[in-house]
Amino acid sequence: MQQIIRFIEKYRYFLLFLMLEIVALFFTIQSHSYHKSKFINSANAVTGGFYKRVNGINEFIHLKSENLRLSKENTRLKNNLLIENHVIDTLNQFLRYQYISAKVYNNNYTKRNNYLTINKGLNDGVDTEMAVVNSKGIIGTTNSVSGNYATVISILNNYSYINAKLKNNNHFGTLSWDGKNYKTVQLNDIPRQAIFKIGDTIVTGGKSIIFPEGILIGTIKDFEQNRLINITLFNDMSALGNIQVITNLHKEEIQQLEATNNE
Amino acid sequence: MNNLIIKNIVLFIGLVLIQVLILNNINLFEYLNPYIYIIFVIFYPLRKEKGSFMFLSFLLGLAIDFFSNSGGINAAATLFIAYIRLPLLSKILNKTDFDFQTFNIRSISFGKSFSFILILTFIHHFILFGLEYFSFNSFETIFIKTLLSTLFTTATIFIVIILFSKKK
Repeated sequence: MQQIIRFIEKYRYFLLFLMLEIVALFFTIQSHSYHKSKFINSANAVTGGFYKRVNGINEFIHLKSENLRLSKENTRLKNNLLIENHVIDTLNQFLRYQYISAKVYNNNYTKRNNYLTINKGLNDGVDTEMAVVNSKGIIGTTNSVSGNYATVISILNNYSYINAKLKNNNHFGTLSWDGKNYKTVQLNDIPRQAIFKIGDTIVTGGKSIIFPEGILIGTIKDFEQNRLINITLFNDMSALGNIQVITNLHKEEIQQLEATNNE
Repeated sequence: MNNLIIKNIVLFIGLVLIQVLILNNINLFEYLNPYIYIIFVIFYPLRKEKGSFMFLSFLLGLAIDFFSNSGGINAAATLFIAYIRLPLLSKILNKTDFDFQTFNIRSISFGKSFSFILILTFIHHFILFGLEYFSFNSFETIFIKTLLSTLFTTATIFIVIILFSKKK
């Protein structure tokens, strides 16, 4: 017993170092696993509150371009209203997706695993695993959620796998990011028989319960022999302002159905 | 004594806020950021108790991690350089025991303080980016990013030292 105490006393700094380092590594490994609620995230009142205060400056800088983007979106939507013969859907039976508008408070795009912090949380109906987009296209999926804030796994993240397809034929693959340039992402697993060329548009496929089909991603920049396709994003991930979170109203129904299938 | 504690608390909070709100958004050449908060590890008095110093360094890194959604990478890296600070310093100065009471990083020669800060920064950044990428495939990227960020951080730290050193 005495020897143990002496040992601890002799190496107490080393033991403290070891203990804290293990805690830090535990948090790191936890952040590298996708389906886990994380303790270290910026969707809490303190960090969210700080980002909220500072965001005003950032918003002011990008005011002009953001206004232009929103006005363009308005024009496009108004044109669509004129074209489509729409039915008045009072029972919401055709309604599959609902949009919640939000603002980006903090945006990273230089790291290997990038996260955004947005200003809507559980109180506004935002939950984990919801799609995040803006008018130019895809941004990511929500990850950790608190009362008033949420973090978003950006598509510029090692742990973001999104179902995507070629717009002009229905061959689909998985979207990922190699961590090199924030303007290009990669599309893997496109089948061999798919025909495509440089400049083709890539959109989200309807194979996931998170994203609606047909949300813009980007155009093909180039591709290699082993069918790894580089895609230039439509969205400028370095300047994000107003965004929308998409709720899939049929999500639970689909999940229940798939669960009964697996039994 | 109390004055010193308050000073350190202000320094701690100030460094966290400056780092996450300003410096993490610099993005020089689209991907370089200076990690200047490690100045806390460099300047924390040597004479203080080592355990509390290591714990504070860990907390500092963890606070940065909370803001940047990065798990525990900053905490791990900062704790490591806090642990090796003293052995490294005695290695560089070629002395096993020096005067803890009056030691000051500004009092040693420029070459020695430069190599001390450079090595400490390099180790910190290497652990940081290594844990961030977490794969051997991207070793090249990790190394290049470490090297360039180390230069950027060291330059920024020296600018801060020159700006805030007391005039004689």
